[in-house]
Amino acid sequence: MSLSPRPAPVDPRDLGGPAQPLLIVRDLKKHFPLKKTGFGLRRERLAVRAVDGVSFTLLKGETLGVVGESGCGKSTTARLLMQLTRQDSGELVFDGQTVGDVLPLREYRRQTQMVFQDSYASLNPRMTIEDSIAFGPAVHGVSRADALGRAHDLLARVGLEPGRFAGRYPHELSGGQRQRVNIARALALEPRLIILDESVSALDKSVEAQVLNLLADLKEALGLTYVFISHDLNVVRYVSDRVLVMYLGEVVEVGAAEALFERPLHPYTGALLRSMPSTDPLRRTEEAPLAGDPPNPIAPPSGCRFHTRCEHAQAVCAQRAPRFVEVEPGRSVACLRYEADSGYALPPTPSQETHHV
Amino acid sequence: MTAAIHTSVTPAAPGVVRSRSHLANVLHRLVRNPLAMVSAGIILLLILMAVFAPWIMPHDPFATSMLKRLKPIGTPGLPLGGDELGRDLLSRLILGARLSLFMGIAPVILAFILGGTLGIIAGYAGGWLNTVIMRCIDVLYAFPSVLLAIALSGALGAGITNALVSLTIVFVPQIARIAESVTTAVRRSDYVDAARASGASALLIVRKQVLGNVIGPIFVYATSLISVSMILASGLSFLGLGVKPPEPEWGLMLNTLRTAIYSQPWVAALPGLLIFITSVSFNMLADGLRSAMEVKQ
Repeated sequence: MSLSPRPAPVDPRDLGGPAQPLLIVRDLKKHFPLKKTGFGLRRERLAVRAVDGVSFTLLKGETLGVVGESGCGKSTTARLLMQLTRQDSGELVFDGQTVGDVLPLREYRRQTQMVFQDSYASLNPRMTIEDSIAFGPAVHGVSRADALGRAHDLLARVGLEPGRFAGRYPHELSGGQRQRVNIARALALEPRLIILDESVSALDKSVEAQVLNLLADLKEALGLTYVFISHDLNVVRYVSDRVLVMYLGEVVEVGAAEALFERPLHPYTGALLRSMPSTDPLRRTEEAPLAGDPPNPIAPPSGCRFHTRCEHAQAVCAQRAPRFVEVEPGRSVACLRYEADSGYALPPTPSQETHHV
Repeated sequence: MTAAIHTSVTPAAPGVVRSRSHLANVLHRLVRNPLAMVSAGIILLLILMAVFAPWIMPHDPFATSMLKRLKPIGTPGLPLGGDELGRDLLSRLILGARLSLFMGIAPVILAFILGGTLGIIAGYAGGWLNTVIMRCIDVLYAFPSVLLAIALSGALGAGITNALVSLTIVFVPQIARIAESVTTAVRRSDYVDAARASGASALLIVRKQVLGNVIGPIFVYATSLISVSMILASGLSFLGLGVKPPEPEWGLMLNTLRTAIYSQPWVAALPGLLIFITSVSFNMLADGLRSAMEVKQ
């Protein structure tokens, strides 16, 4: 759970050194406009606020877990990070260079790759495995023979014998094998950052563990940085150095994985953790931790977006939007309870001492 | 790190096990479909007949004779009888295969290229370009195809070229709509996203990733249009808008022989029978192709 990443292997592309964050995300916003209703002046411009001002930094060599319930903007964030969707506003700074400005998009994409959830849908059914992996390098000017050679090396690297698998089609492979192929494809461009969007969620548990081990080995050997998006809190806790919690398009809490899981600060993080089923029958969850569905992202609640479901909500929570503040080193949270002079009346309990930090 | 991945760039090993490609699989299943194979055989025979028509025609298809007018099937020297001008019907049917097949296949090929391109562009681009292309196509699509073909041919005037142009225009919207819908579905797939993430240009993604997945369904649909095209072309000729006499073409022959429907019904029905057999064969082949491609893997 160390906050400082391991020293990365020497990489000529490493511009800012280990202290420079690999990726700085600043105030990323993406609103999806809905079909307009009404005519003329009565037309309303409604939009789903999928990602609404997300900011965070990603350190070199770390694994940042991203958690949150369905519809909180995890996958949109992943697509924005990969620039498959363009943001409405906000910027990405990769190793000190602004993406799309100093760092051209094409070059950014070479250094950032993504592994999707659906291992079958993310492979072209009409292409052999080797062609799928060799496509990226070929795009960047590697000759076909070299690209295929690279594909075979990568297949071996992810534990698939090239002689047996290179000439096959995706439907002839199992889910775990296909996800290995997807990882090999992501590695083919020699990226520094890999976004894993629910990449192991569709695999069964034993295969999931194998793929997680493979990812850990590759990270170690190649000095990779991961953004690990998942709804599976156990897996996130296992793989992540730091964890980022999202709610309704916003970041509500960031912290070192162990600290965050041991002592959640934001009430939503707490509720999320309590929703984890325990394997211990003596620690059976008795009541539903969070009532109802998340509110409508078209018209999010005023003030703190979580106040409609929050057990600690007070009147002020509906009026005032909390700022995202660092409450202790490496730990930030967006909740009025931790904001000085926010107007939130704290009950005098010893567990709330973080308020004074 | 670069060195870490690729300590040795091995050349593509020759000992790689290769699976059968999709196309090979489709053909493999197609040849096991008896109906499709019979249809393909009939189509092959018709094409051979058209290609070698000058050598297999027993008589001059343009030579008229008042003595041989409307003779029944089986008359000595006239195996399939004589038409209303005493020309040998067998020779005319054989030579007519050329124009009839041409008018069935050529507009579909042209529309496949044009409509396929438009549909793939609209489907992959999405947004306003999709709206512009698809709304223009909807205007044409709103007309019934027979009406549109007749209106266009009527406006352009009679003749083979004009019939070809008008039939192509009739089929472009139909093929473009299919192409657009399959391309839209493929564009949203994760593997296209993955290709975009690799930094490939739109043109390269369409060529390498999209085309192979959309061309099959578009091709199957186009195949099923060949019979429609033949019937429409025959209809245009029947109305005097397509092929001009004395050129033999099955639709035109059906028209000129219709006055003899009471005196020699069998002779008069022969061109129609050929149109029927040909269009059914193309439809059966298209159906066979469709089911050979639709197998879930």
